[in-house]
Amino acid sequence: MSFFKVETRNVSLYYGNTAALKNISLGVPENKVVAIIGPSGCGKSTYLRLFNRMNDMIDDVRVEGEVLLNGKNIYADGVRVEEVRKRVGMVFQKPNPFPKSIFENVAYGLRINGVTNKRYIEETVERALRQAALWDEVKDNLKKSALALSGGQQQRLCIARALAVEPSVVLMDEPSSALDPISNAKIEELIWELKKKYTILIVTHNMQQAARVSDWTAFFYLGELIEYAETKDLFTNPRNEKTQNYITGRFG
Amino acid sequence: MQQRAEASPQTMQSTAFGARRPVVYYTDSLIKSVLFLCALVSVFTTIAILTVLLVQSYFFFKEVSLVEFLTARQWTPLFAEKHFGILPLLSGTLLTSLIALLVSVPLGLAVAIYLSEYARRPVRKVIKPFLEILAGIPTIVYGYFALLTLTPLLQKFIPHLAGFNALSPGIVMGIMILPLVTSLSEDALRAVPDSLREGGFALGASKLQVSLSIVFPSALSGIMASIILALSRAVGETMIVAIAAGNLPQLTFNPLEPVSTMTAFIVQVSQGDTPYGSLAYNTIFAVAIALFVLTFILNMISFRIRKTFLAAGGG
Ligand SMILES: Nc1ncnc2c1ncn2[C@@H]1O[C@H](COP(=O)(O)OP(=O)(O)OP(=O)(O)O)[C@@H](O)[C@H]1O
Ligand SMILES: [Mg+2]
Repeated sequence: MSFFKVETRNVSLYYGNTAALKNISLGVPENKVVAIIGPSGCGKSTYLRLFNRMNDMIDDVRVEGEVLLNGKNIYADGVRVEEVRKRVGMVFQKPNPFPKSIFENVAYGLRINGVTNKRYIEETVERALRQAALWDEVKDNLKKSALALSGGQQQRLCIARALAVEPSVVLMDEPSSALDPISNAKIEELIWELKKKYTILIVTHNMQQAARVSDWTAFFYLGELIEYAETKDLFTNPRNEKTQNYITGRFG
Repeated sequence: MQQRAEASPQTMQSTAFGARRPVVYYTDSLIKSVLFLCALVSVFTTIAILTVLLVQSYFFFKEVSLVEFLTARQWTPLFAEKHFGILPLLSGTLLTSLIALLVSVPLGLAVAIYLSEYARRPVRKVIKPFLEILAGIPTIVYGYFALLTLTPLLQKFIPHLAGFNALSPGIVMGIMILPLVTSLSEDALRAVPDSLREGGFALGASKLQVSLSIVFPSALSGIMASIILALSRAVGETMIVAIAAGNLPQLTFNPLEPVSTMTAFIVQVSQGDTPYGSLAYNTIFAVAIALFVLTFILNMISFRIRKTFLAAGGG
């Protein structure tokens, strides 16, 4: 068993012959937010996508080591990728709502699971939209196209869409980097709310954001995990020189 | 190198006031006029064709009323007892075209989805050239294939099938327009951004679910356009139906019987010994106008579909 909700043990990932992640061991306790920071190209997105096996879709990717969800290796033989992805939701950098109505976007995860009970779907959609702090803004327009929403609303819709299938872990890859400051603040508030129920991994380029929303922070550099500590410690008292250089803006 | 610098807008301005204009300037304006002439030629051709059609069919409609043309149920302009109802030709055209769509749309969409969502690059490299070969076969070959190969084959399963019929050329036409449906639909599917696919996969959707419930609807407007284009291609197709459908205008939607289409009729008259300027001869212009209107309506429909679909928020 693992003490952590999700964990990687000695994980290396190769794109062809180049290692994008080198021997990474890191655990995330339940109901905590872990921020992943580091310069561009250091492997943050790649690391995040380990947990819902999104890297599988790229040709020529090889993963070594173990990625544990509730103590079970999700890369083991016989594990169904679809099952993993239902338990590990993901929010992308650019909002990517489907060209469907607001309602159908949130209901999508239920429909592909064969849920047909109308009452249940309606209740779930409302719950997810409330959790994503979008309900009040869209409740009278559920039939409207999701593409008519603003960027910030679209991103909260994508969060609602991920929450509707009741995952236990949520992955967020720079979820507010494409948004205006107000939408950004809303998303951060949301993350605070969500961590009561979910375990969250968030990639961010914004150090203040990492400091504001996360309990723990991991600093990646050139595919290696340089430092992993409680957020306040990492930002006030970094142990590693590279971490210090990065958070003080000397490179990256 | 120097020429290129002179052609840039800033330097052009300074030289334009000077005595000497750069060579590039003249070549540019020459090319522009040549291209304009080409555009003009195509506009005039269209106008000329329309004028001829209208003038010649005027002679036709002087003798045959529009009402008879549109409502009479027989088309026998070459017989002693003449009837001028376009409906039999229209039904033949629609029947063969619909059969072609029934073949090419399901098959074409399946191939398009396979090529765009499933096939790995080496597989695609093998399949695409085959489709292009299909598109390059002369229609007369398709026509004889329908008449001499497919019809006898079908007769083994369908005893009532006439030697000339709508079914066989319809199917073959479907094969002919298959590459059109496939490649245009594939383009539309490929244009759907990967971020949407990722969004679906991240929710635990299977590849089939992502293809059918996300990618396909997102590409619907492009797919519709490809289907309508294929339909108007089928409506305008001549050789296959002229050879294998039987040139027998009758108002029927039974695919097992011989029919004639608008295009096949035009071929029949223009190749026969119908005297120039006679009423029978002028029928081909009336039919051509009808064909023109039909394709025009099809294009309007496709335009409307696209517009309403875009308004609904589709891609
Ligand atoms: N599909 C791929 N094929 C090959 N190499 C890839 C692929 N995706 C990423 N890489 C490489 O892996 C390394 C890590 O990429 P990754 O996207 O994880 O970085 P990142 O830390 O998320 O960067 P950013 O902050 O810019 O988003 C980079 O060197 C990148 O070039
Ligand atoms: Mg990234």
